[in-house]
Formats: sequence, structure tokens, C-alpha cells
Amino acid sequence: MFAYYIQLGLRSLRRNPLLTALMVMAIGFGVAASMTTYSVFRATSNNPIPDKSSQLFVPLIDNWGPEDAAQNKGEPPEAMSYTDAMGLMRDHRGKRQTALYPVAPSVIPADASLLPIRESSYAVYADAFAMFNVPFLYGGAWQSADDEAHAATVVIGRKLNDKLFNGANSVGREINLDGRNYRITGVMDTWDPQPLFFDPVNTSGFGDPIQLFIPFTRAIDLKMATNGNNNCNKHAGEGWDAWIRSECVWIQYWTELPDETAAAGYRDYLRGYAAEQQRSGRFHWAPNVRLYNVPQWLDHEKVVPQEAKVSLLVSLGFLLICLVNTVGLLLAKFMKRAPEIGVRRALGASRKEIYAQFLIEAGTVGLAGGLLGLLLTGVGVFGVTLVFDPDIARLARLNVSLIALTLLVAVLATVLAAFYPTWRAAQVQPAWQLKSN
Amino acid sequence: MQIKPILSALRRHKAGTFLIAMQIALTLAIVCNALFIIHQRVSHLSEPTGLDEADIFVIQNEWVGTSTPQQADAKIREDLVVLRQLAGVQDATPSNSYPLRGGGWDDGIKLKPDQQQDTTGSTVYFADDHFIDTLGLKLIAGRNFRADEIAAMDVRDTLAPPQMIVTKALADKLFPNGDAVGKTIYMVGGPGTIVGVVDVLQAQSVDRWAAEFAHRSTIIPKRLASTIGTFYIVRARPGQLDAAMKAASKALFAHNPRRIINEQDGLLSFTEVRSRAYERDRGMAILMGVICVVLLAITAAGIVGLTSFWVGQRRKQIGVRRALGATQRDILNYFMTENLLISSAGALFGVLLAVAINLWLVTRFEMNRLSLVYVLAGVVILLLLGQGAVLAPAMRASRVPPVEATRSV
Repeated sequence: MFAYYIQLGLRSLRRNPLLTALMVMAIGFGVAASMTTYSVFRATSNNPIPDKSSQLFVPLIDNWGPEDAAQNKGEPPEAMSYTDAMGLMRDHRGKRQTALYPVAPSVIPADASLLPIRESSYAVYADAFAMFNVPFLYGGAWQSADDEAHAATVVIGRKLNDKLFNGANSVGREINLDGRNYRITGVMDTWDPQPLFFDPVNTSGFGDPIQLFIPFTRAIDLKMATNGNNNCNKHAGEGWDAWIRSECVWIQYWTELPDETAAAGYRDYLRGYAAEQQRSGRFHWAPNVRLYNVPQWLDHEKVVPQEAKVSLLVSLGFLLICLVNTVGLLLAKFMKRAPEIGVRRALGASRKEIYAQFLIEAGTVGLAGGLLGLLLTGVGVFGVTLVFDPDIARLARLNVSLIALTLLVAVLATVLAAFYPTWRAAQVQPAWQLKSN
Repeated sequence: MQIKPILSALRRHKAGTFLIAMQIALTLAIVCNALFIIHQRVSHLSEPTGLDEADIFVIQNEWVGTSTPQQADAKIREDLVVLRQLAGVQDATPSNSYPLRGGGWDDGIKLKPDQQQDTTGSTVYFADDHFIDTLGLKLIAGRNFRADEIAAMDVRDTLAPPQMIVTKALADKLFPNGDAVGKTIYMVGGPGTIVGVVDVLQAQSVDRWAAEFAHRSTIIPKRLASTIGTFYIVRARPGQLDAAMKAASKALFAHNPRRIINEQDGLLSFTEVRSRAYERDRGMAILMGVICVVLLAITAAGIVGLTSFWVGQRRKQIGVRRALGATQRDILNYFMTENLLISSAGALFGVLLAVAINLWLVTRFEMNRLSLVYVLAGVVILLLLGQGAVLAPAMRASRVPPVEATRSV
């Protein structure tokens, strides 16, 4: 019976090509707009590190005081001062921890005929690699001892390794950064978490994969300036030493806490740390600290662009209108066939069978709309580059799950829209229809 | 035209009437808000920078192996000589940033040294005495910096320039009487005197967080000697932009190869800078525009479809009316009026919905209040659309011959 109803549905679609085309187009456009904007929303609200997103935490400490916090809804600064970052590193209360900041060393190729290059680079502690699940192609992270020794070691990305060593295993070899040699301890495999959760503050959440990591302690030794934001609430004083002793905030801090108990313990520790700073006279205010896990931090930093949210909402409204449109057109289409329904009912078809026939017919319309929608979504995802930043647009992809979702939404939405017209069709009184003929 | 018979006929088509009204209402709500978003985005991206954009390009120059600010400053001065000597180059200036770049140096400005809250934020542009001419800014009061006032400054040095040039917007905010020149103002690092006022110079960021001080910029007589790098803002001679851009990059490398000018964004004409800065705004406006057009088309198509169905259903009644003496015009008017009634009801509900959606967007997305002009524009567009869409089926209805009344089906 199912196959027969599909056949009937297809035949009926051919009978009113204009109405059918209108419906298919309405559903196609509605679904395509929603799916295109959804693909961007999905990419930007992606969980970049699903396995550990509830175990990695950003602690924030208010080192500026309530007057500045009041301008930011009471929130502490979104980065840390060198003093606090070092205080937390020394106390070592997490399972793992790292302070980090973006740096800008130039890579000077051994081949003198090649021009120097600059890749996105970060200064981190050894723990960062294990914390952030960084995959390695060759070798691995440097050791904690290297952090303490302020060693000239480096971890490079696969792309940079291809460029400098033609993809060969370069572990143990040296590269020249700003005229100084660094020993390579590891080559990362492709590592492209999006959003760049470990530093949304300086990247606004999206960007090219990081190609270079050097020890934080070494970067500070070399007085490497931050390549990101530096915010001061008052004058920092003259020179580098005054700056790193100042209350200027420019460091991102991450800690790994395996479970809720550890997180609660860390919260207490943070409060205690801030209270200690208050006792020692550095802070003149009560402790104001935060501890955010990855999703909370990305939310706090408003990583999902407003444009992605607004356009998704507008597209869903668009889909809703397309569905209202479809309800109307299906109603017209089904009611046109009242005589046919009358005949079927008179010949013994039950209401249930009428329901089945017309819902299946609507399903075929939905499927056709879905196929058109799929085509348009493909065009839409391709056209996303016109609407969003290239860094974000490259993340929107048409993959299997999006294809399945497009078809599913189209069919489900159409069948949903068909309920009322089908109910009306099933109400057709056979006697009336037969009489007028 | 009698409205009463139309209403009683509509009562027999509740579902269809409701669906068309509903569609009009929803479409109106979305189109109003989309048009308003387009307006906001377009007015945002048409704000002036104050620059003479057509002939300007920007070089992001990154140093390789430069370890001290002194070295960096010496290199900057050498580069400036190289750039200014080029045939296609009119002038060049070093800076830490430029309008629409998106990042840079902002500082709080105070009127008194012991003031707790800043009077306003301000973008700080590091500049030399060529800055105003290179960018094509209009000096409206006071004077430009003298060459002997320009000094090098390290990133970590105290920011306390003895002289400053401010924009008119900043001057008006600080000194509403229009006597800013000669006054002392305070940055985080200390006091300085306003020596000149320029007409317009936009902030480095056009994001919402910088909206408060969007045009309140300060120009200071310092070369920022950062070991990371510097920007050169260069003005080409009229019509020689492309040639000057190529020549500038080539000459800089020829003079000193220990630098990086990134292939992707190291060398940008100001046109490109503008298009990058407003990518999101332009994209959002395009997207909303496309959605509006498709939405209106689909709503129109829906009206055509449903009305055609009604006309088909009522052929017999139309025939009867025609047989009883109604003219073709009467039939046409009937369907047009019917649509106008439905559309008006839908539009009324749509206006409420549009305002409600806007109010919700205002609380959630820092958008502005919907202006009534857009609601009115939306109502007019949709009423016209409805009338346009119903025209074809109504014409067909008016051509139904009176003899239809005598046919059984």
C-alpha cells in the first residue's frame, strides 16, 4: 500500500505542476536558508575539545578592583597579570596548568635565499600539550624540566615542518627564531580546534592553526612582547621590568581539574589566593574570582558571532513562513481533489487510509523540496564566504550529517504542515461529492 | 464596493483566510526587521574615516631579528627615506595602527590629573609630522607637529606626549566651547597640550565596544619603536596606487631584506582595508536582502496559488453573479478588495509582531529600536505585493463567462 500511495503522490504532483513547483520551491528555499545559517552556527558554537571541555578551566582574578569591574558587570579582567599567573603556576594546584600568550618570533630558514616567515605562535608551559590533547606526528612535548631551565626548545606544526624540512622527521634538529637556535622536541599533527578555545581573547575565537610553541619561561627571558592584547587600568611604569610587575593583564591561564571535587577545591583555592593578596595589601577589595570551563568560557567571550545567531533566527522565521505557505497550498491541492476523495471513501476506503495517502503525498513533496533544499544549501554554504569572515566561513561545511538533517527537516516539516489539510481531506463527505456529479 | 458580502464569503473560507493573513503578518514582521538590520549595517559601513582613501595603502612591516627599540627606530627612519624617495609615492608616515584596522592602542582621556573616571576613551595614533598630509586629514584649528617634536617611543615607555592633535569630535566632547587648542588633557601616563584639531579621523576599530569613541581620536608626535614591527601608511601620487604598492614593497626589501611583509595582508590598499573591516556588515546586509526578496516572492506565490484555487472553486458563483448583471470590473474589484481586507488584517497583526520581535532582539543582541518608517515601508510593500499577486487570478475570474452559471460542474 505504501508504494501505491507514493505512486499516487507522484502522479498527483505531476497533475498540478504549478502548485507542486510552488510548494517544492517554498520548502527548498526555507530549508536551504535555515540549513546554511545553521551550518555557520554549528561551526561557531562547536565544542572544540569535547572529551575535556568540562575538565579544562580558566581562572580569573580581579586585580583591578570593583570600580573597573563595575564597568564590566562585576566581571574580573578576562586575562591575568604576570604576577598572578606566576603565583598560580608556583602553587601548582591543578592536575596540569599553563600560562600562555601569543608571541611573534620570525622563523629564519637555514636556506639563506628564502625569506623569513612568521607563523601564529604561542608561549606555553609543557603541560599545555597534554591538557589540550595536541596530537603529535613526531616526537612530543618538551619536559617540565625544560620549563624550569628556560630551555630553547620548540614544538612546530605539521605545515611549518613541511615548509622547513619537507615533511621529514625533524625532532632533535634546530630552527632559528629571531637569530637564536631552538631544538625541536616535537612536530604536531594537524591540530585545528575551532573555536580557538585556549585564547578567544586575542583571536576573537577563529583563525589559522597554531604552528609554533615555545616555552613561556624562555619567552619572558627574551622579553618577547605579547602579540595580543595588553590592558592596563593604570600607568604601568617605565620599561619591561615595571610592566611585568604591573597590574596590566595580558596572559591567558588554563588549568586541568579532573572532576567536580577538584574544581570546587580550586575555587576555594582561588578565593584563598585573592584573600591572601588582600591581606598582604595588594588588593583593597574582597576576593572576586571566577572559574570557567570551556563551554562557559566560550560563552563568556561571546565567541559565536551575533551575525550567526541573528541570521539563524531570521532563517528559521523564513522557514516558518514557507511552511505556512505550504499549508495553504496543500489545502488548495487536497481540496481540489474532493471528488476523488469522495469516490475513494464511497468505495470503502477508511479515513485512516485517506490520512495515510495524503501524508505520504506530502512526504514526497517534502522529499522533493528537501532535494532542492540540499542543492541550494550547497550553493549557500559555498556562498557563506560572502557573508562571514573567511576564518569562520571556512568552517561551514556540507557534510553527511548536514545532508541528512536537511532532508529530515524538509520531510518532517512538510508532513507536519500537511496535518491540517489532510484532516480537512479526510472530513470530505462522500455523499456530497457523489451527489453533485 | 460592498464589503459585507466579501466578509460573509470569507467566513466560509476561514482556513484559507487565516493562512494568507498569517503569512502576510509573519512576512511583514521579518521583512521590517531585516530591512532595519540592512539600514543599520549600511549606515555603519558608510561612516567616513576622514582619510583620502583612494590613493592610500598600508604596509604591515614585521622585523626579523631586531632586538632593541633603538634598532627598530633607526630602521623605521631609513625605511621612510626609502619610501618617500619613490617616484610614485607622494608621502609616507609610520604608525602603530590606522582607521578600520580593528586593533591598536586606546587610552582614557581626563581633564584633570586626579579625576577618577575617564572623560572618554580615545584611539591613539602614533604619528610624525607627515601623518596629516599622508592621510589627507583636514586641519581645522591650530597647527601640525613640527619635525623637532617627533620622538621615538618604546612600547613599554610611559605614554605622555607633550603635544597632541585631536579630532573635532574629541575636542567637542572635552571642550564644548570650541577652544580646545592650547588646553591640557591627561592620558594614563600624564599631561599633554592640544596643539591642533583635525576634522575627522575614525577610531581603529568599528566594533561595538569602540562605538563610544568612534571618532574621538588622538594623534601623538611619537614613532612607536616596536621590535615586532610597524605600519607604514603611504600615499601614492594620484592614479599610481598599484605601481606605488609594488615599488614600495620591492624598494623596502632591496634596502633591507631582514623583514616580513606578509603575502596575505602585509600590503593592502585602503579599499581592501575597508572591505575587510566591514565584511560582516556587508555580508549581513546582503544576506538579509536576499532573504527579503525570496520571502516576498514566496509570499506572493502563495497568494497567487491560494487565490487561484478560490477562483476555481467559485467559478459557478462568479458565473451566477455575471449572469445577474455584474460587470467584469465588479468581479475584479471583488477579489482585489477581498485581498486588501485579508492583507490589512495580516499587516495589522504583522506590525505588532514586528515590534515585538524587534524589542526581543534589542534585549538579546544590542540592536537599536525599530524605526516606524521601516514598519510603514513594510506595510506598504506587503499591501502592494498582495494586490499585485492577486491581480492575475482576479483577472482570470473576471473573464469567467456568465454561461458558467448554467453548467453543472
